[in-house]
Amino acid sequence: MAARVVAWLDERMGLLTIWNTVFDRKVPRVNWWFTLGSASLFLAVMQGATGIFLTVYYVPTPEDAYNSIEYIMNDVAFGWLVRGIHHWGASLMIVIVFLHMLRVFIYGAYKYPREVTWITGVVLLLATLGSGFTGYLLPWNQQSYWATVVGTSIVGTVPVVGDFLVRVLRAGDSLTFLTLSRFFGAHIWILPAILFSMIGVHLYLVIRNGISYVPRRDE
Amino acid sequence: MPKKSDYLIDRRQFVGGVVGIVGAIMSAAVGLPLVGYLVSPALEKAEGQEWIPLGTASALEPGVPALFTFSQLRQVGWKRTKINYAVYAIADDTGHVTVFSDDCTHLSCKVHWEPERGAFICPCHDGVFDREGNVVAGPPPRPLDRFEAKVEDGQLMILVEA
Ligand code: HEM
Ligand code: FES
Repeated sequence: MAARVVAWLDERMGLLTIWNTVFDRKVPRVNWWFTLGSASLFLAVMQGATGIFLTVYYVPTPEDAYNSIEYIMNDVAFGWLVRGIHHWGASLMIVIVFLHMLRVFIYGAYKYPREVTWITGVVLLLATLGSGFTGYLLPWNQQSYWATVVGTSIVGTVPVVGDFLVRVLRAGDSLTFLTLSRFFGAHIWILPAILFSMIGVHLYLVIRNGISYVPRRDE
Repeated sequence: MPKKSDYLIDRRQFVGGVVGIVGAIMSAAVGLPLVGYLVSPALEKAEGQEWIPLGTASALEPGVPALFTFSQLRQVGWKRTKINYAVYAIADDTGHVTVFSDDCTHLSCKVHWEPERGAFICPCHDGVFDREGNVVAGPPPRPLDRFEAKVEDGQLMILVEA
């Protein structure tokens, strides 16, 4: 029965071709370091899923942000689990994405024809770090508030336009509800849109070019 | 080297099966709690009941519904939230008072008393109730809901969920 449904759909949608291209492609004999990209993908999807669920209760205003998170942690069924995965997953994702980049660097896997894969990877690294930075402010507690004061001030050291950039990031001179609102927008819409579309391009290139083999001694 | 047919399943099938089973367990471990997560506020119950004073009962003119409004502080999520209510009180000739909810029994729009028609009117789908709360016209399936009411020291009080 299941086989017939798959055959029916495949005849009309060509699904098996996609499936085979993605999962049945030839890969060289590699090692566990080559799983870090998939681990990054898994974490990105987890962050996306748990983040969507957090927005069900989280309220991005200075009055409610902190209390809504306390509510999620203490009163909502399994709120601790959803927030816990998102909270710890954020740090873990940065570590894993970084290790993935290191592996690519150390194996020289960024070379021809994979330069564009590397460049999309740079965007992915920046989007991941940006998500960590903007997400950190959202609980609006002392720690997140002052970390964001410091983090945005660092941008002020840029010559000439530094002050202007700080004002853009904060939506004004100081951290207000407008800062929280734009960090929220960046965290749940702008950065995930960049992240997931870039993951699409990145994976397309990984599949198109194939994975590089482990370099040999004489190379 | 053993022949492939010596085994029940080959390596590929085994790995595929393990991935499938582990994946299913992981999805369930995260997916099932998410159901509880979403329905969580619906499981919170009202704290109890309380008597709320509406106003002086002696002001009621027999047979004429009078509008009373009151508000209640309720715990909603992390906030004590003010919720406003309106009810209609009507006294009969013996001084007995009935208090109606202004929630239409059809789909919960607010009814209002129209003196010239002598009826409670619901604007949403033209529901009409008489002064006893009975349905006269329109889609409402049952009479207006009533509150348990009492008069104490001239004060009209009703029992509501706290
Ligand atoms: C959200 C972040 C990222 C995800 C989800 C991701 C995903 C993947 C996956 C699944 C692969 C397949 C091979 C492997 O896993 O090693 C891969 C390969 C690759 N990634 Fe990433 N990646 C991310 C970030 C980065 C970063 C930050 C860089 C570098 C700046 C990068 C550069 C590359 C390159 C050059 C390859 C090709 C490696 C080869 O062919 O051996 N990626 N990526
Ligand atoms: S809600 Fe009152 S008539 Fe439909």
